[in-house]
Amino acid sequence: MQYSAFSLLKNALTGHRYWKPAWREAQPRDRYDVVIVGGGGHGLATAYYLAKNHGITNVAVVEKGYIGSGNVGRNTTIVRSNYLLPGNVPFYEWSMKLWEGLERDINYNAMVSQRGVLNLCHSDAQRDAFARRGNAMRLHGVDSELLEKEQVRKIAPYLNFDDARFPIQGGLLQPRGGTVRHDAVAWGYARAGDRRGVDIIQNCEVTGFRIDNGKILGVETSRGFIGASKVGMAVAGNASRVAGMAGMRLPIESHVLQAFVSEGIKPLIDTVITFGAGHFYISQSDKGGLVFGGDIDGYNSYAQRGNLPTVEDVCEGGMALMPMIGRVRMLRQWGGIMDMSMDGSPIIDRTPVDGLYLNAGWCYGGFKATPASGWCFAHLIARDEPHAVAAAYRLDRFATGHVIDEKGQGAQPNLH
Amino acid sequence: MQIECPFCGKRDAHEFAYLGDATVARPDPAVPDAARAFYEYVYLRDNPAGSHRELWYHSAGCHSWLVVTRDTRTHAIETIAQVGAR
Ligand SMILES: Cc1cc2nc3c(=O)[nH]c(=O)nc-3n(C[C@H](O)[C@H](O)[C@H](O)COP(=O)(O)OP(=O)(O)OC[C@H]3O[C@@H](n4cnc5c(N)ncnc54)[C@H](O)[C@@H]3O)c2cc1C
Ligand SMILES: [Zn+2]
Repeated sequence: MQYSAFSLLKNALTGHRYWKPAWREAQPRDRYDVVIVGGGGHGLATAYYLAKNHGITNVAVVEKGYIGSGNVGRNTTIVRSNYLLPGNVPFYEWSMKLWEGLERDINYNAMVSQRGVLNLCHSDAQRDAFARRGNAMRLHGVDSELLEKEQVRKIAPYLNFDDARFPIQGGLLQPRGGTVRHDAVAWGYARAGDRRGVDIIQNCEVTGFRIDNGKILGVETSRGFIGASKVGMAVAGNASRVAGMAGMRLPIESHVLQAFVSEGIKPLIDTVITFGAGHFYISQSDKGGLVFGGDIDGYNSYAQRGNLPTVEDVCEGGMALMPMIGRVRMLRQWGGIMDMSMDGSPIIDRTPVDGLYLNAGWCYGGFKATPASGWCFAHLIARDEPHAVAAAYRLDRFATGHVIDEKGQGAQPNLH
Repeated sequence: MQIECPFCGKRDAHEFAYLGDATVARPDPAVPDAARAFYEYVYLRDNPAGSHRELWYHSAGCHSWLVVTRDTRTHAIETIAQVGAR
């Protein structure tokens, strides 16, 4: 069914009793042209673009839990393309362009809201770094504005401008950045792929790969063997485990990142504010909850829950930035497992196994990448060559020295 | 999460800094395939879901380096020893 104002009205008049499920409950078939492992945002987007851009519709997405149970349903929904390095900017800007046309394309309300993303700075050195990043963005055709303190005050008068350690001196604003309803992205891509023939197979865990003579033959799953000419891995925090089944060791550590939401309050924050120096960022959901977070906990974890020191740290950051937040009660807190790569940038590439492809290393920032990741991974799988905007995301860049290290932290995943 | 430092006793994880996998070893730069060996040492990790030997530094305490064996699925700590101790 095509969603529209008309379909909404029609279903309203019949008491919303006749809505159909948004996608079929598909059962695994014997074989597919392409199997995507992982039904997160990236896997679902990949399947959709395989069908839409490349006409490959004999595709299955195999998900061990349910759609949206991974990071795509756990993130803080921020999208932006305010990167510095040439390997990154065109990719994330392509993602931003895809967000801008996404809802029309997939006929689904993903609540794309370009409310702006504002990074705060607190010293001359940090302002210089922001000016450099803002200029790099502009050279790539990305919108950016360097703001003075008084301009920041107009946007967010409630911030603590005179903190003793981190007084706010200004900021870097990307007006086209913002938020997107994360679950709706998973559901929207699932439905759009399903409408083009993609099988979305939930509660089906990939437990191994069948490989013969260096070529992929299919995947072993908790529901039996599924044959495939090509297999793409898009399992985020589980990348090392799944690639390990194909005998690979990855330049990745899995870490837990927590996020928090407060009780719903009246409209307060109409943009996204990041306080990098204080390890804190915040926005407000359309329901009214303040959605905020900070750093990863900082140690290897597969637990999907974090520890109290980080909770304390994030709340302290919030209190330093906007003391009024102390009056708001925290409602929920949760964690997700990040595939932290050794240079903080992702990998979209072939693997040593013929017909097996890898999509991983998204760290804490892969939600914004969802459309472009799917677009480029589908391109790679369909044509066996990288898409131009993802050409730098090679698996061998760590061996050749072509790392893409935005923060200049080196091979220390918990610092990226 | 609390870590029981052999010198300071049970302390909040906040007092410690994390370095990472304790099983990787710096290769000999004189071996013929040193470039490959260093690439693997610097970048590749087993990243297991389960028991993990890892290095922690008691930065807000006695400044000891510790080898902690911890289950990455539950965060439960199995053993703790000072680096180099047998
Ligand atoms: C708290 C938090 C806040 C974040 N905030 C932001 C943000 O504001 N902006 C941003 O850009 N990014 C953010 N991120 C990062 C972003 O959510 C992730 O980088 C991104 O969602 C990862 O891609 P995905 O959606 O495909 O992952 P996932 O949704 O995790 O998908 C991977 C899927 O693979 C499945 N899987 C794993 N193993 C197997 C197997 N063996 N067989 C079958 N299926 C398997 C999993 O069940 C999972 O559903 C945040 C993450 C977290 C946890
Ligand atoms: Zn100590």
